[in-house]
Amino acid sequence: MIFVVALVSVLGFILIELPPGSALDTKIAQMRQSGGEISQEQIKALEDLYGLRDPIHVKYTKWITRAVTGDFGQSFTMDMPVGALIWSRLAFSIGLAVFSLLISWGISIPLGVYSATHRHTIPDYVIQVLQFLGVAIPQFLFALVLLVFSASVLNQEVGTLFSREFQNAPWSAAKLLDFLSHVWIPVVVLIAGGTASLTRIMRANLLDVLGQQYVQTARSKGLHETRVIWRHAVRNALHPLVMALGTTLPTLISGEVVISIVLNLPTTGPLYIRALIQKDMYLGVTFLLMLSLLLIIGNLFADLLLAWVDPRVRLDES
Amino acid sequence: MSTASAALDARESELEQQRSAEISQWGLIWRRFARNRLSVWAAWVLVAMYVVAALAPFLAPYNADRIDTNHSFAPPSTVRVIGGRLAVCALEQDLDPFLLKWRYSDNCSQARPIEFFVRGDPYGVLGITTFNVHLFGVTAGLPMKGAPAPQVRATPTPTSSSTATSDPLAAFRIQQSAAVAPIDKVTNAPRIFLAGADQQGRDVFSRILEGSRVSLTVGLVGVLLSLTIGSIMGATSGYVGGTWDDVIQRLIEVIRSVPTLPLWAAIAAALPRTTTIVQRYFLITLVLSLVGWTSLARELRGKVMAYRALDYIAAARLAGSSHLRIILSHMLPNAASHIIVVATLAVPYSILGETTLSFLGLGMLPPAVSWGVLLKDAQQLDSILIHPWMLLPALPVIVTVAAYFLLGDGLRDAVDPYSS
Repeated sequence: MIFVVALVSVLGFILIELPPGSALDTKIAQMRQSGGEISQEQIKALEDLYGLRDPIHVKYTKWITRAVTGDFGQSFTMDMPVGALIWSRLAFSIGLAVFSLLISWGISIPLGVYSATHRHTIPDYVIQVLQFLGVAIPQFLFALVLLVFSASVLNQEVGTLFSREFQNAPWSAAKLLDFLSHVWIPVVVLIAGGTASLTRIMRANLLDVLGQQYVQTARSKGLHETRVIWRHAVRNALHPLVMALGTTLPTLISGEVVISIVLNLPTTGPLYIRALIQKDMYLGVTFLLMLSLLLIIGNLFADLLLAWVDPRVRLDES
Repeated sequence: MSTASAALDARESELEQQRSAEISQWGLIWRRFARNRLSVWAAWVLVAMYVVAALAPFLAPYNADRIDTNHSFAPPSTVRVIGGRLAVCALEQDLDPFLLKWRYSDNCSQARPIEFFVRGDPYGVLGITTFNVHLFGVTAGLPMKGAPAPQVRATPTPTSSSTATSDPLAAFRIQQSAAVAPIDKVTNAPRIFLAGADQQGRDVFSRILEGSRVSLTVGLVGVLLSLTIGSIMGATSGYVGGTWDDVIQRLIEVIRSVPTLPLWAAIAAALPRTTTIVQRYFLITLVLSLVGWTSLARELRGKVMAYRALDYIAAARLAGSSHLRIILSHMLPNAASHIIVVATLAVPYSILGETTLSFLGLGMLPPAVSWGVLLKDAQQLDSILIHPWMLLPALPVIVTVAAYFLLGDGLRDAVDPYSS
């Protein structure tokens, strides 16, 4: 796992380093535009100071040796340490992703079970159509539509997480309510995407399991149908859902990045894309690394969870 | 007698068996697929969309990039039936004194019929020749007979002659009453905007059609590319095994442990921004496939590893087949149905990827036209509230992606011999 993280950091570093030019060029261009004259020698001195002309492996070694101690370098465009910039945003992103994931699970399991046990009925078709729409509608679009809805129908102030009067206020019940009235859009969009794919998986799995003989055995023993489904069938249909965590998590993270750009949320998304466009490399690469780390930990968690629900995948204890 | 009929029966059932035995694996797959009505419909929808994309310049009434500042943010035209013919009313514009924006209204005394096969903007065909015939359009000519009387336009505040003199907005009122009817400089006719116009007065409908060419193919080409990479990587890593397998598996692991969209964005940001549209197009397909090949390679590796242990491969090996021949003509055809399903289900993700990247300003860049590029114009909330038609390019995205999912689902069920 550490090996993978290290490789991701190398890969990310190369990627972000690849485009020509640097954030320094942008700054110099800005200074020139505002009338300052910078000589070629000064530029050279600055480049030497920031080590911009070092070969890439030297740059990487410099960055990674300090990164492992928690110092991810300085953001060129924001004039702040990268570490200080990303933690609060990352925490919000993680919170949003995990919360949406839990809700998605909570909705999609009963929905998938219902859909599978009531096959070819109208509610089943409705669920299937909705789930197709949930996967087919680009998330940024859904966010945009909800934004329009909340601005024009609900007359909410959009594009922030707090109304103006609560922006700098200390946390209180009123502020929490205000926060909830703003945060519902990204949450709904994320849940919609997650629920759609998870319901699909749940339905397909349960249909597979319901066709197996042990389910028939359970029925012929005279067990109540609810018990057959929830105790016997659903328990065995859950494993692929846990395994799907590995594919759901990156979708949630990607979705979160896009949605927060559309909604201008103070999470990783807008800052990350801006860092990429402005070649703010330490900021960009740290975000990429952190998002990957999130994914890797998530997958590890999924594996552990799977071992917990399914004794068959546990390694021999002997 | 009875023996003869029994012999006949036997003969018949034998024939029957032969007939049913003649159905190939692909024939069986096709039969199962055709039973799934929804997927067949989805397939037809997709075929129609690709035909539309191929004929886009002909089907579109205007060129996608024709700027017409006289029609900035013109609303969608209402197609009316006047005198038994489809017609559009002429558009008139006047200045909103408060928002300082153009306001549009229909003037149906100047209605023009919608005509078919009209001459308009020239467009190239396969780079060989140029045509200027469009499927439909509005031509200059006399206003239609039997057109209704001019509609009375509602003015925001009723003006009476007594207050008009002291009214600071009087100048605008005069402007309003003298609303100008901008006309198309090329065809000298009123314009038809089925989906409204954008800020620069470009026809959104024409742009959606034009954008379909990039958006519908970028996913397909991207998946073809990932299919090629994925097949080579997956088949060789499963077949050769050992260190090569280890290296490829770790590589896949690393790529897959970076969330897709941030990775796409990072690669796309690393691309040079001063390229031609065609170069950019292929770079974007490359970006999409650099991430996309991993899932296919994994699936194929599993398949190839399973086949490797089977007798028929050992037989082929003993018969003197080369490794390349075994992979190409014994293993890949066996996995073909599986590959097709995985590829079909990967296309919509590719299309969504391009749309999202372009929306973020990292994918296709203007002047290229794709659905994502069009939706980028709808990023500003104020803009959508006033010009909701700017969101229309989203519709074909949703239809395409849903159709591909349905098609992929149908194919998956069809290739699975155990599906009910």
